[in-house]
Amino acid sequence: MPTAIEPSPTLAIGEINKYDFRTDSPAVFKARKGIDPEIVCQISEMKREPEWMRDFRLKSLEIFNSKPMPNWGGRIGVDFQDIYYYLKPAEQQGKTWEEVPDAIKQTFDRLGIPEAERKFLAGVKAQFESEVVYGSLQEDLAKKGVIFTDTDTAVREHSDMLREYFGKIIPPTDNKFAALNSAVWSGGSFIYVPKGVSIEFPLQAYFRINAESMGQFERTLIIVDEGAHVHYVEGCTAPMYSTESLHSAVVEIVVKKHGRCRYTTIQNWANNIYNLVTKRAMAYEGALMEWIDGNLGSQLTMKYPAVYMMEPGARGEILSIAFASAGQHQDAGAKLVHAAPHTSGRIVSKSISKNGGRASYRGLVKVEPGARKSRSSVVCDALILDDKSRSDTYPYIEIEEQDVSIGHEASVSKIGEEQLFYLMSRGLTEAEASTMIVGGFIEPLVKELPMEYAVEMNKLIQLQMEGSVG
Amino acid sequence: MTATGTAGEQLVIKGLHVAVEGQEILKGVDLTIGRGEIHALMGPNGSGKSTLGYAIMGHPNYEVTAGSIELVTADGTRHDVLAMEPDERARVGIFLAFQRPMSIPGVRLAEFLRHSVTNVRNPDRKEGEELMPMREFRSELKAKMGELSMDSEFAKRYVNDGFSGGEMKRAEILQLAMLRPKFAILDETDSGLDADAVRLASESIARIGGAEMGILIITHHEQLLEHNIPLRTHVMLGGRIVESGGPELAAELHKKGYERIRATYPEAAAAERALEQTAVPVGA
Ligand SMILES: Nc1ncnc2c1ncn2[C@@H]1O[C@H](COP(=O)(O)OP(=O)(O)O)[C@@H](O)[C@H]1O
Ligand SMILES: [Mg+2]
Repeated sequence: MPTAIEPSPTLAIGEINKYDFRTDSPAVFKARKGIDPEIVCQISEMKREPEWMRDFRLKSLEIFNSKPMPNWGGRIGVDFQDIYYYLKPAEQQGKTWEEVPDAIKQTFDRLGIPEAERKFLAGVKAQFESEVVYGSLQEDLAKKGVIFTDTDTAVREHSDMLREYFGKIIPPTDNKFAALNSAVWSGGSFIYVPKGVSIEFPLQAYFRINAESMGQFERTLIIVDEGAHVHYVEGCTAPMYSTESLHSAVVEIVVKKHGRCRYTTIQNWANNIYNLVTKRAMAYEGALMEWIDGNLGSQLTMKYPAVYMMEPGARGEILSIAFASAGQHQDAGAKLVHAAPHTSGRIVSKSISKNGGRASYRGLVKVEPGARKSRSSVVCDALILDDKSRSDTYPYIEIEEQDVSIGHEASVSKIGEEQLFYLMSRGLTEAEASTMIVGGFIEPLVKELPMEYAVEMNKLIQLQMEGSVG
Repeated sequence: MTATGTAGEQLVIKGLHVAVEGQEILKGVDLTIGRGEIHALMGPNGSGKSTLGYAIMGHPNYEVTAGSIELVTADGTRHDVLAMEPDERARVGIFLAFQRPMSIPGVRLAEFLRHSVTNVRNPDRKEGEELMPMREFRSELKAKMGELSMDSEFAKRYVNDGFSGGEMKRAEILQLAMLRPKFAILDETDSGLDADAVRLASESIARIGGAEMGILIITHHEQLLEHNIPLRTHVMLGGRIVESGGPELAAELHKKGYERIRATYPEAAAAERALEQTAVPVGA
């Protein structure tokens, strides 16, 4: 049986909806645990990468080794030598449906996820035939000169652009996990939207999902050229189950003059996962960058999407929501850096903690010298559902310029007894009433989501409230 | 006394004592309301009227230390209301229009009401089961809102969030109309409304209530009673119902205030003063 038959996910001009079956099996790769230069070289070789990328990986590995673990956030109980850093698609495919935990299966049922997608999402099936479904959309994009492919392919086929931007927004020196990702990354999306092109519908990872697109160390790069406009939706809301506990993605975005980019993620991880993500965008003159970030599940999530406003008129908006239940710690937040005058930013963070869960908001607003007339507002609201649960706020503000306006509001509330009573007096059970209150609490964020994500998000919250998510 | 309600069902309150944060507020209240009857409850601020409403609905902070509340069905079966959670009370047909309704940001009035109506109409519904069909709900809601001269856009707003006083009260009446309880307590549903709005509310309540509902109207004014002539008017003072009478009693209290009452019932007046000194005013 051929192991790696898959339609090429590449979407460059001229390759419209063409099935390019790759039958040449990649070189035999003897997977072994741990991380060292040999493994890193093997990964690079497997992917038939140019030399510059291999060197970049090796350099990143050195940086990774030299950096200490972060001394804030949560406790990261990971043994770096006990992890497989790269799995061939065929190996990922090896798992059977029977091995997927019941809790995950039940959640798929409750969410009504189609069979084909379930197997893919649970890691049973490495291939999701999205090209068939979305062929005509892709055709449309390709005509406009949009590039939408996985990052591995992009390294080979769009090397010039990659060399210019890859690792420039988030250098490996940024933090230990960015360095780790830089050394062993695999999969993720590469998107280029040409000047003035506006993509009306949200681009979703579904469109080009394949074996390599949802790995442990995804690497995404999005370049929005001048006056262009894109909304990218990462992943999906279904619970992501993986036998590997460490997931560490890097997302780099450049939004050029008057461009607009919105990046939406809702992640719902299984309880064994450490999810340590670095996300950063650079916004140039008059550009708008928006992060919408929802985090459910996982053992520990550390994620602080950032917008660096590099030129006058740049804007950054970050909406973040976290739900922490038993055994979960969400250390989520946002970062706004005003590096030019007349830039404006907004952070809205909502967190919910329940059943002993812990949700923290950690945010930074930084105004660099000379960034006059900058304005930022931060609103973070925490809702605590019971006495066992916990919420913390760590707002950092660094201002090196006088002429600015920065606002910060924080509120922590327990689920209101009076609100509960009011709803119950109208016939709602206590569980229904608290679910409704929580739903209302996150509504300002949910209404920003594309319709089907909003619906799923609400269902997920319901599941979390019932405590039935594994 | 007078005839019982049409269906013979009654809400029977006996010797009710209620404490809030360890402090006794109600000191023995007896009150029987039959379906189809209207009762008015008057009394100075702080006398315990809202406390009675909360206790009937089952607010967790209002602890019943003695007495009973029972729902007696036509065949004589007695249901112990005190043993029920607030949502169960709603499902057996008890309703409280709040003096100060709570706002629930982010939850749309229509969404909440669809859930609520579904539960109250199918008391045996399990969590997660289908809600009332959207189409059916919408058309009923639209009709009811029309009858109350409410703009149907109103249902898209978040429950009581940023509502004016009048809007809140109208939203409460809308809920009353949709839920059609057996017994309703309307706690100052006329406050915050202008004269025209009070007239409209009064007419609406009369229409919604009809012969099917037992209503306890808590009010300081007469206007709400214009279309809802009370069978009995009760006066509360210092946590007790000290006097009951016909509609003329409401008129008297409205015109002359509570001086005669205080003078006639010195013990209750003393209890009122004692409460005033210790209690945190929540009424303002
Ligand atoms: N939640 C509460 N906490 C503390 N005191 C309360 C509370 N609710 C009512 N009270 C006290 O109980 C008394 C009766 O109040 P209430 O029932 O609101 O009176 P009314 O509705 O007749 O104006 C008042 O003294 C009030 O301060
Ligand atoms: Mg009152």
